[in-house]
This record gives sequence, structure tokens and C-alpha cells, in this order.
Amino acid sequence: MCDSSFNISETAWCPGCGDFDIISSLKEALETLGKKPHEVLVVGGIGQAAKTPQYINTNGFCGLHGRALPPAVAAKIVNSRLTVIVNTGDGDSYGEGGNHFIHNIRRNVDITHFVHNNQIYGLTKGQASPTTDISHITDIQTAGTIHEPLNPVLLAIAAGAGFVARAFSGDTKHLTSIMIEAIKYRGYSLVDILQPCVSFNKVNTFQWYSKRVYKLDESHDVTDRLKAMEKAMEWGERIPIGILYKKDKPVFNDKIEFLKDNQVLIEKEFHMEKVKSYLKDFV
Amino acid sequence: MNYNILIGGSAGQGVETVSAIFEKILKRQGFKIFTIKDYMSRVRGGHNFIQVRFGTEKLFSHRDEIDGIMAFNDETIELHLERLKSDGFIICDEEINFTDQRILKLPLKQTAKASGNIKAFGSVAVGSVLELLGIGQTGIENVLMEYFNSEISAQNLNAIHNGRKLVSKRCDTVPSKKDGNILINGNQAVALGALAAGCRFYSAYPMTPSTSIMNYLAEKMMDAEIVVEQAEDEIAAINMAIGASYAGARSMTGTSGGGFSLMVEALGLSGMMEIPLVIAEVQRPGPTTGFPTRTEQSDLKFVISASQGEFPRMVIALRNAEDAFYQTVRAFDIADKYQLPVILLSDQFLADSTVTSEPFDFESTKINNHICEYSSDKPYNRYEITPTGISPRLIPGGNHGITVLSDSDEHDKSGHITESADIRNQMVNKRMRKLDLLKEELQEPLFIGAEDSEVLLLAWGSLWGPVSEAVNILNEYGDSRYGALVFGDIWPLPVKLLAEKAKKAKRIINVEQNATGQLASIVSEVTGIFCDSSILKFDGRPMSSGYICSKIRGE
Repeated sequence: MCDSSFNISETAWCPGCGDFDIISSLKEALETLGKKPHEVLVVGGIGQAAKTPQYINTNGFCGLHGRALPPAVAAKIVNSRLTVIVNTGDGDSYGEGGNHFIHNIRRNVDITHFVHNNQIYGLTKGQASPTTDISHITDIQTAGTIHEPLNPVLLAIAAGAGFVARAFSGDTKHLTSIMIEAIKYRGYSLVDILQPCVSFNKVNTFQWYSKRVYKLDESHDVTDRLKAMEKAMEWGERIPIGILYKKDKPVFNDKIEFLKDNQVLIEKEFHMEKVKSYLKDFV
Repeated sequence: MNYNILIGGSAGQGVETVSAIFEKILKRQGFKIFTIKDYMSRVRGGHNFIQVRFGTEKLFSHRDEIDGIMAFNDETIELHLERLKSDGFIICDEEINFTDQRILKLPLKQTAKASGNIKAFGSVAVGSVLELLGIGQTGIENVLMEYFNSEISAQNLNAIHNGRKLVSKRCDTVPSKKDGNILINGNQAVALGALAAGCRFYSAYPMTPSTSIMNYLAEKMMDAEIVVEQAEDEIAAINMAIGASYAGARSMTGTSGGGFSLMVEALGLSGMMEIPLVIAEVQRPGPTTGFPTRTEQSDLKFVISASQGEFPRMVIALRNAEDAFYQTVRAFDIADKYQLPVILLSDQFLADSTVTSEPFDFESTKINNHICEYSSDKPYNRYEITPTGISPRLIPGGNHGITVLSDSDEHDKSGHITESADIRNQMVNKRMRKLDLLKEELQEPLFIGAEDSEVLLLAWGSLWGPVSEAVNILNEYGDSRYGALVFGDIWPLPVKLLAEKAKKAKRIINVEQNATGQLASIVSEVTGIFCDSSILKFDGRPMSSGYICSKIRGE
């Protein structure tokens, strides 16, 4: 990947961070799909994962904490030639941005959401995230987390997402293949990427995940929503990775007459005469 | 000549429909209109009223004295009797239990029933009022056809006709000119301005009194090809509008003070990323839920300073519906030219008041997105340091080999995160420098009244109407010594005309619909000019010219 057109050298990530594997998989997925840097928009909120747009040569938008999805979907709605990808963390996606997560599943704009889920807050130095396992001790949760962890993939399937997958940053080949499928999928696609945080999560380490993850094979029917939910609930000793659920659904832009069939809003001509005629509403 | 007719009842009794038909009939005949709406935050019951003021000359505002009341319940009479002129009239159903020599108890419901539809009792009352005032029948059928299907409009036409027979004419009221106007409220004018500016994306969360902007845009969504998206909350609404603008669409959001409070962090995002954005903030009394359906001008100091950190922004206070249209168009141009957020500050009074206006001039509205020319011979830097502070903006995706990077962190010219002290200084200076150029195109406040006024009133936004009328009244009956400056562009504060007029004035009085005199506070902070006294009102009801005059005379 050394000669990728998507490369930028410098990062502020810790050595050994899962983010390196995720970004290199993303670059490889984009290369494989034949995308050019100017055709892609990578959006992040705030956090370590959310710095991804800074470290990849594409269009980039690093907005506010928790608010990666709203600008991403809006950019896609008006400028649908862009391949829009959100790369951001578990705190950004499921905590601060929880409301946008639920409602953008409903909105079903054709974007891809890669959540770097390390089950901890990295940038603020080690507090519990919505996906931190129960009893996990941190500087804030000094007696261990007492909140039930959120199950984002189960929530996404239940809320009606058409593409839900789980992946592991330690298996980049598999991750890349999932990323390619997610980007190709027309509609909102979620990939919850399990990822070690070498600095602040001493529980869910690379080894912890490696020992538990197993790949879903052909025997898993990705179109069966109930089966997908069953697999989504598997957590603990065995954690399935792969596409949990996939179903074609009508996409936001296709439900709007003047956007369907890949019409691009920002390329549409403006007709002043038409607007002028609206004065008749007030005569 | 002008009349002021109050139509009142409980929510659900059709006050809104009756008054809409009444004002449309008058407007079509060539009368000038100014209508205010007073409604409660509930769907049924309570007391709602609408005051339709109409006349032969241009009307700037509402007035307190009432010439006639159409009362659909007892409460309407009890609440407003005090404001009814001694020679005024009250039209109500015979079932109403109230005594006053001005009451005309008429068989409204019975007549409606005989006209074919008991629900048309409001139209019976309209007919009676038209007859009392000697207003003709021209165009009424067409107006009804626009509101109802043919069966119901025929019943209502009958009802108006039969309503006329219940009373006898007291005078003749004839419009001076034929109708050539439009009848529009402040929110509709903002929406029309957004469409004229080529706005292609409007995301908002419903909040009174801003929602009718979204309503009108949604009505035009398919025809005008503008995406109108109801967001999950105001935070999403503004972040979506910023994303759409980044991606190349002229974008806008709208809300009231509570929703704007939620948008504040993203207001800074627009400032930091230098992404054009137009926000309509339609004020209502706060804090918190306050008076959801009423009016106030108490968010001025909030919107000029909202968000952490410092960045350039522009705030334009809207003065009337016509101004709302042209300033909305201008707001999009300024947002694009300077790559910053522009806030249009309106209020419930302006938002809901309908007024006759000359048709808006669309020829004067030109769209320029101020997107830079892309040249392949030099590297592209989104945040290039320039003498004006305005950096070259490109739309992502449009140019092969060019990417556009924006970050909410402090960034270098390419958009990459930096913690360099030098770059920080350069970037803050670059962003703030845009104000130098913007200040050159600020519009000075409107001056009304006597050229060398001894008493100078300072006001802003929608108080333009009441203040204009007050100044005219004061100068007509006094010794022509009153003048007023009404600010539209309000942040940055234009200071030239203010300094000139303040120098000549013996007394300066700020007139504001808030409790603390926010304009006076800003004026003193920016210019060192202090007001001698204040006329303030914060009960949620719009300030009238009569109120201003009585305060000034009572001094």
C-alpha cells in the first residue's frame, strides 16, 4: 500500500493502534473499488478514530463530537457523486451521536459508517464508552462499569438497517473485504470494527479479540433478520465477524423524484422564472 | 382611513380561516392590510384572536383601538371590550350572553344553517361586517373558491350574502386603488427569499414560531427541487445544513431561541470551517419554553456572541416582510462571499403578521456562489492565507486530483490539524480579517422622521413598523422633533449614521421588545453612545405605535 494515491504519512495515533489497520484496509478497499481521491469524502466527528480524514488523501470533513453522520448524509443527499464514508469511534457514534445513529438508519442515505469500536474513550484517556463491558474499571468507573453495554449491531438490525457487519482490525484481509461490500451496498451500511486500544483498554486487547472472533461462513443466511439478530447477540467467549445482515432497501435519494436515478442536486439548473411564479400564492 | 377588526374565539372555532378569508377579500378589493395573530400554545380551546387592520393607505403596523369585533364566544368580548371604540360594533351570535350597547346580536348560526352549512357562521359574520362598513361584493366568490370546494364555497357565499341582510350600512368604504399587491407574512417572505437565492437544502426541527418557513419550503420542495428535511433534532438540523453547504448546495436552517441554543456549537463549526450557512432565528419570549406562541426581541446579545471562541458572523434583523425577502437573498450572498454564518433575526410578530406589499422584485436577485476558479498549475489550499482573509473555496468532487479538507480543530492552510502558535495567529487573523471587508458593505439603519430630530429613537428589527408609525403620529401632532433609527444589519453594528444622528439629538431613547435594552447595551459598548431612557416591553404581546406614543408623551 506504500504507493497508494490515498496515502498521507503522518498520524497522531499510538504505535500498535488498531486505527492503522483500519485506515490501511480502507485505502486498499478504495483502491480495489477503483475510486479516486477526489471522488471520496471521509467524515469524522471528534476522537482518535475521527482523525481518519486527516490521514487519508480524500475529501475530508472532521466536524463536531458525535455529529459525523448529519453532515455526511447531507453531503451525499446534495452531491451524490461522492462516495461518502464515516470513520469515527464508538463514543462518537453510539454515545454523543446516539440520536443521529438511530435516525440515520431510518433515513437510509447511501453512506457507509465504519465504527472504530475499541470499547473505550481514547482521546480523553480511558473512560468507559457505550460499548465498554460491564465491570470494566476505569479512572471514572472506579468500581467497574455498572451500565449494560450497548449492542450496536443488534440495535442497527432492530432499527431497520439494511447492511450490518462486524469486523476485527486484526484481520485486515477480512476487514477489507467487508469494507468493499459495505461501500458497494446502496444505502446506510454499518460496520462495527472491533479494535484494540493499546493505551487505555487493557482488557479487550488484541489477544482478547483474536481468541474470540470467528468468521461467519456461507451457512449464515444474511437475509434472515432473526438469525442475524441471534448472531448479533453472540458476545463473550465467541464473537462472530462478517456480514450479519444484508437486504436491499429503498434509498433516501431514490424516494425523492428529483434525486432518483443518480440525479445530482448541486448540478441542477436553477430556474428563477419558476420561483418568481410563486408570487401567485400571495395575490 | 383605516379600520381595525378583531376576530376571536377558542382554538378550533375557525378564527384563522374566517380571518384569512376576510383579509383576502379586502386585499383583492385594493385595501392595504396589516394583520396580527395572537394564539395560544394549544390545539383546542383557549382564546385566539386575529386583528385585521385595513385601509386605503400603507399600514406599517397593528393598532390597539378596535373598530369592530367578530366574537365567536363570550370571552372574546370580555377580553377586548375595553379597546373597542365608543362608536364601534360587536357582531356575535344571538346565543351570546353579554350586554353592551355596541353589541349586534345576530342569528349567525341559524342564518348559516339556512345558507346550507351551520359551520359557515363565520362567513355570516363576515357578510354583516362588510355590509356595516359599506364594502362591496367584488371578488368574494373567487376568494371562497380558493379556500373551499365548490359546494362549500357556494354555501359560504350564500352565508356572506345572507349575513349582509342582517344589518344595515353605516358608511361607504372604498379602496383608493386597484389591487396590485401581494399579501404575505414574515416567514413566508423568508422562505420565498431562500428560494429566490437558490437555496437547495433546508433542514430544521419544528419549533414555533419558525415552522412556517419549513412549511412553505416543503410545499415547494418538488417543484423548486429543494430538499426540505425534518431532522431528528436541531443539532442534526444545523450539522446537516453545514454538510450540504460543504458539499456545494446553498443551505439553510431555521429555528427559535430554544433550538438555536442547541445549534450553538455548530454555529462555531460554520465559523471555524468557513462554510457558508444561513440561519433564521425567529424569536419568542424565553428563557426555556417561555411563551411559545408570542413575541420578543431578547436573543440579540445571545446570537451575536453564541458559541465558544471567536469568529466572524453577521446578524441581520428583519424589519418587515419585504425586507425579510431581500435580506434573506442577501444573507445567502454574504454567507457565500465571506464563508461565514449569517443569522436572520426575526420574531413571532413579524413571522405571523400578514401585510400587503408591492410584489417582490426577482430581477434584482443575482446568485453568485463565489466558488473560486480551479487552476491546475498550483497546489490547492482550502485555507490559503489571503489579504482579504477570504480563502479559495472549491466544491469537493468537482475537480480531478483536488481534495477539500475541513477540520474543526485549528488547521493549516491545507486543512490539516496544527498546534503551531504561528499558524494559529495567522488563521485567527485571517478569519477575523474578513470582517474588514464585510464592514464596508454594511447597510446603515433606516432613518425615519424629522431630519434634525431632537429626540432620537433607536430600535431594531420588527419594531420598524410600530416605531415608524409612532414617529409619524408624534411629528404630526407635536412639533416635528422626533426621529428614529431602525437597525437591520445589526452585527457587526453599522455606526456611521448612528454617530451623526446621535450628535444632533438632545435625547436618545431605545425602544425594544425585551427587558434589558439589548440594543442600547451593544450601542454603548461599540460606540460609547448611551441612551437617556428606554421603552421596553416583554409581556409577549407586540408593541404598538400607541404604546410608544403614550410612553413618550408620559415622560
